[in-house]
Amino acid sequence: MIHLPHLAHLAIWQVLFPLLAAPLCLLLRSGRLAWLIATLASWASLAVSVLLLRTINCNGPLTYNLGGWPAPWGITYHVDALSAFVLLIVSAMAALVMPYAAKSVSREIDVENHRLFYALLLICQAGLLGIVVTGDAFNMYVFLELSSLSSYALIALGKRRRALTAAFQYLVMGTIGATFILIGIGLLYSLTGTLNIQDLAVRIALIPTSAVGHRTLITAFAFLTVGFSLKLALFPLHLWLPNAYTYAPSVVTTFLAATATKVAVYMLLRFSFSILGSRFVFEQLTLGKIMLLPSLAAIIIASLVAIFQYDIKRMLAYSSIAQIGYMTLGISLNSHTGLMAGILHMFNHALMKGALFMVMGAVSYRVGSVYLNDFRGLGRRMPWTMAAFVIGGLSLMGVPLTAGFISKWFLIEAALETGWWSITAVILLGSLLAVIYIWRVVETAYFNPLQEIEDDEHTEAPASLLIPLWILIGANIYFGIDTSVPVDMASWAASALLEGTMR
Amino acid sequence: MELFIDITLLTFLCITALAITVIRKLFCAVMLAGIFSLLSACLFVSMDAVDVAFTEAAVGTGIATVLMLAALNLSHSREKCPPYQPLLALLVVCTTGAVLVYGTMDLPAFGDATAPIHHHVAPRYIEQSQQEIGPPNFVTSILASYRGYDTLAETVVIFTAGLSVVALLGIRDRRGGQSITTDRSAMKGYLVLRVVTKLLLPFIFLFALYVQFHGDYGPGGGFQAGVIFASGVIIHSLTLGRDRTLKAFPQRFLTILATAGVLLYGGTGLAAMVRGGNFLDYSVLGATALAGQHLGIFLVELGVGVTVFASMTLMYYAFSYRKEA
Repeated sequence: MIHLPHLAHLAIWQVLFPLLAAPLCLLLRSGRLAWLIATLASWASLAVSVLLLRTINCNGPLTYNLGGWPAPWGITYHVDALSAFVLLIVSAMAALVMPYAAKSVSREIDVENHRLFYALLLICQAGLLGIVVTGDAFNMYVFLELSSLSSYALIALGKRRRALTAAFQYLVMGTIGATFILIGIGLLYSLTGTLNIQDLAVRIALIPTSAVGHRTLITAFAFLTVGFSLKLALFPLHLWLPNAYTYAPSVVTTFLAATATKVAVYMLLRFSFSILGSRFVFEQLTLGKIMLLPSLAAIIIASLVAIFQYDIKRMLAYSSIAQIGYMTLGISLNSHTGLMAGILHMFNHALMKGALFMVMGAVSYRVGSVYLNDFRGLGRRMPWTMAAFVIGGLSLMGVPLTAGFISKWFLIEAALETGWWSITAVILLGSLLAVIYIWRVVETAYFNPLQEIEDDEHTEAPASLLIPLWILIGANIYFGIDTSVPVDMASWAASALLEGTMR
Repeated sequence: MELFIDITLLTFLCITALAITVIRKLFCAVMLAGIFSLLSACLFVSMDAVDVAFTEAAVGTGIATVLMLAALNLSHSREKCPPYQPLLALLVVCTTGAVLVYGTMDLPAFGDATAPIHHHVAPRYIEQSQQEIGPPNFVTSILASYRGYDTLAETVVIFTAGLSVVALLGIRDRRGGQSITTDRSAMKGYLVLRVVTKLLLPFIFLFALYVQFHGDYGPGGGFQAGVIFASGVIIHSLTLGRDRTLKAFPQRFLTILATAGVLLYGGTGLAAMVRGGNFLDYSVLGATALAGQHLGIFLVELGVGVTVFASMTLMYYAFSYRKEA
């Protein structure tokens, strides 16, 4: 047991670093300084999340009363295994994306908007972290608003004009999702008179299934589930995602693809397991059956659609929808292994999709666009970038010795536990389809005739793009071989969720 | 009597909502949206939620309408007919409505004294907030202290909205060299309007300050005050021309204000941490807990007001003085 009394305020610093660095960015005169502040803030935030993880490992869950007001009266931060794990994903991705942003943003965003861009990116990060770290349902909604609003603006800052319509589409769908979530929270409040998550769980458990208020509870759950499904882009509510990811600036796509949907999955888990309880949700409301079919459809249909995309960013966006299908599939299997596989895949998918979208950013930095044709001859012109794409792609397929293999392995194990062979078949089919769409790019990059090179200068992407990219690729391989840390974390988080308590 | 008022207001609310969906002229739709907000504000008053009503009236009816009109200025005034029949959308809306009705049938009746919301956290807010925090208006106590962190985040939401609009549209600078007197956006011919505006402005700003600093005792606070202040600037710009307004309230100044407001709020929270409390625990800021709470609420409300004012004005600038693409 380590006692860290001076770290009592750890939980709040997690959000405060990016939240207060954002306005600072605007006070500075140059975009360069704003970038420096943003990078330092994201690194500080990563340090906090690592410390939080260690503290929780040693001392169990951590509670922090904001404003000094105890739980049901004030807002409380509550960090348990699951939230610490997701906090680590979000802040680690932010810490890698910020150094990457320096070059990529200078190419893709107007100079006069740099300060605004970094401020918005920090606010988005603070919003996502705030959702995960809080123990208060309404506070979660407020931070959801913060992260959504900033991400709409960030997507709209994309270079192509269609970024605007993409952002608008996301704004409409995202706002509907957020409103549904707000209605759900409102109904829960009217039933219990409290907004604190633990308090909600206690008071909802007291409502007997036959009593007055039961219908309201079911309705609240329905609104929440639809809202979260919109936010996490569960098939067929995924329509906003491909355009948003395709037209957003590379940095934004990388950050959002690696974090935003995971945080939505986190919210779904938090409300289903920690507030309503797994028995109520799975046995009475049959969440498993509701989620199973969309998850399977996402894996097959989105992967199929990905094969026919010529814009590779869009291809990866469809692949994201399929990968989200794996996460929700794991949850819907309603077993410890399944839930753990779902949580683990949040981490692994962040690693691989983060890396692959960083490759897109590097290619678009050198070539200007990321259509399939642009990849001709890139295997020789940008060897490091394309090698990263190959390894990231292998991880996406789920080849052994990569992180992707581990989550697929546990997912298949969970599917076999249920005895439904067809689910296993779908998982394998999804991997096969991934082989096809990744191979198209690899083939074009390595085996197609070299595009005429207009300039003879060295065309590999600059080091500031390659280093964060290869850190992620390294993580993909490292966590494919030494699986103990993420697997233990995911397993711990899953056990805590299934017990229905916030531990 | 109250029931009668509620039914009338809700009927009007439904009619307005239907009209907004049917009407194709965007100008009318914006006006109707303003009326919708005003009707909801009246409903809030009849529920005795005066603070909410005040905010709804200031934000929904006032500044949101102006911002939407300014946005209309950038686009067409008539909605394009969608090329398809939005049947699916209608189906989704009807299903959602039906589910909502189903879900609320089990809820305790409106105003039911035995409802859970009246028996858990609310009694403490009502009965003890004056001993614990001080202000007679306990809505302010909840917003600024019990749930002060939510309010910080909401302030950042407004700040983000301002940033986003500026980032997307950009704001044209004052045309250098051209003198203020030749500004064509000023309403030159309307002498009465110009004189009345000049006479009214001091009172609008004074009222904003009253709302800002009187939030502890009556309805009001930073959000409403910021919006009223911004409305004053908008009237200034509409009648006296953008060059004068940009000279009085330059973009850089407003950006710094918006930032300063958020930092003042966050800084108050940090100051509490420096003095040994938790984030936003104002009690440690003063000699006594009550004095500390008083000071803390004063500072954070000021931060909210400044940020809301500056962000709203920046949004208006971006919509009306958009940089040419």
